[in-house]
Amino acid sequence: MCGIVGLFARATEVEDRLGEHLAAMLEQMSDRGPDSAGVAVYRDPAPSGSTKLTLFSPDPLQDWDAVADGLAASFGGSPAASVRASHAVVVVEADADAAEAWIRSHRPDLRVMSAGETIEIYKETGRPEEFVEQFRLGDFHGTHALGHTRMATESRVTTEGSHPFSTGFDLCLVHNGSLSNHNRLRRNLRREGVEFRTENDTEVAAGYLAWRLREGATLEQALEGCLEDLDGFYTFLVGTKDGFAVLRDPIACKPAVLAESDDWVAMASEYRAIAVLPGAAEARMWEPEPGVVYAWERAKV
Amino acid sequence: MATETARAAEVVDLADTPVRELNQRLHDLAGDAKGPRRWRVRHPNGAHAVACGLDAEVEVEVEGHVGYYCAGMNKRATVRVHGNAGTGLAENMMSGTVVVDGSASQSAGATAHGGLLVVRGDAAARCGISMKGVDIVVRGSVGHLSGFMAQTGNLVVCGDAGDALGDSIYEARLYVRGEVAGLGADCIEKELRDEHLVQLGELLVRAGIDDVEARDFRRYGSARTLYNFNVDNAGAY
Repeated sequence: MCGIVGLFARATEVEDRLGEHLAAMLEQMSDRGPDSAGVAVYRDPAPSGSTKLTLFSPDPLQDWDAVADGLAASFGGSPAASVRASHAVVVVEADADAAEAWIRSHRPDLRVMSAGETIEIYKETGRPEEFVEQFRLGDFHGTHALGHTRMATESRVTTEGSHPFSTGFDLCLVHNGSLSNHNRLRRNLRREGVEFRTENDTEVAAGYLAWRLREGATLEQALEGCLEDLDGFYTFLVGTKDGFAVLRDPIACKPAVLAESDDWVAMASEYRAIAVLPGAAEARMWEPEPGVVYAWERAKV
Repeated sequence: MATETARAAEVVDLADTPVRELNQRLHDLAGDAKGPRRWRVRHPNGAHAVACGLDAEVEVEVEGHVGYYCAGMNKRATVRVHGNAGTGLAENMMSGTVVVDGSASQSAGATAHGGLLVVRGDAAARCGISMKGVDIVVRGSVGHLSGFMAQTGNLVVCGDAGDALGDSIYEARLYVRGEVAGLGADCIEKELRDEHLVQLGELLVRAGIDDVEARDFRRYGSARTLYNFNVDNAGAY
């Protein structure tokens, strides 16, 4: 099964309470995905020339200050780790490649969940309600956010197998469905230099999108490529720095609802998750057509 | 009139009442037991299985959007949804009437044996899949694979139909007024004869649709090459 939610703020009141709304949406999707939960929140841009990393540590006693000090020693500045449960966000005065390379070589015990200017990814096993508490979701303000509740089918229930999956700088993917050609595709993508850390099918879709984007495709072209190259069921929600995009497979087995009001744009597996938003009953609502890419972007200033 | 209805109706607010309790109260009316005949359901907020499994001459008005399987297995009852409906609306309905003012998600009227299902907006993919005698009238359009393996009954679509309409169809009749993106295996266009115009006219009247003409529809059905059709059994459908 799995549940997906996405919220894009058009009004500052919605930006201010983004986390609260996201938490309410996620909890509604709890019985679609009780195994694990995760979110990507876009907020607080890192200064130019810096990269915001979200790091995960399986060690509950992780000394995050030591990680920040290590990064400061190598790249300068005075990064402070902002800790939420098993995750911490740190802004590094370096580009994403250098910052991630440092983590890989100096702290292989940590996992980079996201890298970007504004993205932060948090995900963990356990019921979505617990996740919302543990990660203090209600605190978050931000421009837009994605969330996922997982009912695992293709691979083990682990933090790393939870969604969202990073697909590049400020990009991420959540997925409801299951892919049948992920083993073959993973082998092919590995030959192209794409790294995989799990046996998870969605990680392959994320790797596929990352590869297509790296090769110069636009997000829309990369998503349309999924229609050709991925075999299986999917509703995808892709987060970008400026918004999000939705795609359903041509058979459209997996549900999706889109709704739009003056104050927000929302996507969810079911209307239940949208009903918790202010003004939901009056919002324009529709079901996305199969095989069609829908995208929202903040107007560029 | 509206005030009178409101006064007479039993009101259940799903904001503070579990769906299970609503459905139990409605099930308790089966076998024409004593109890309210008019019900209003407030704040459904996309809840699943609202007014499911009814078997009584009751009218249920739902004020808002419902989730999956609304009015599933309905018998005799009239269920009206003033909003949209999720997957599996009126699935396996046996009799009665189900009306949705908004749109319905996939598999509306799936496997339904009887009664009338009206969707005033659009119905999504797989509308009337494996239908077994229900009449379905959609004011808008239907998605792909509608009428898949439809056995008997009528599917009336005032708008367009998606790809693979009537794939592997048996003896159901499909009427479409707009464009058909594509016909499924063994589904062909058939002549719209006078008897069909009469039937269509009646279905549109029953569905309360008075702004379309029966003669504007085209009829589709089985070419009878895929399944083992024997004309001696035609009366069984």
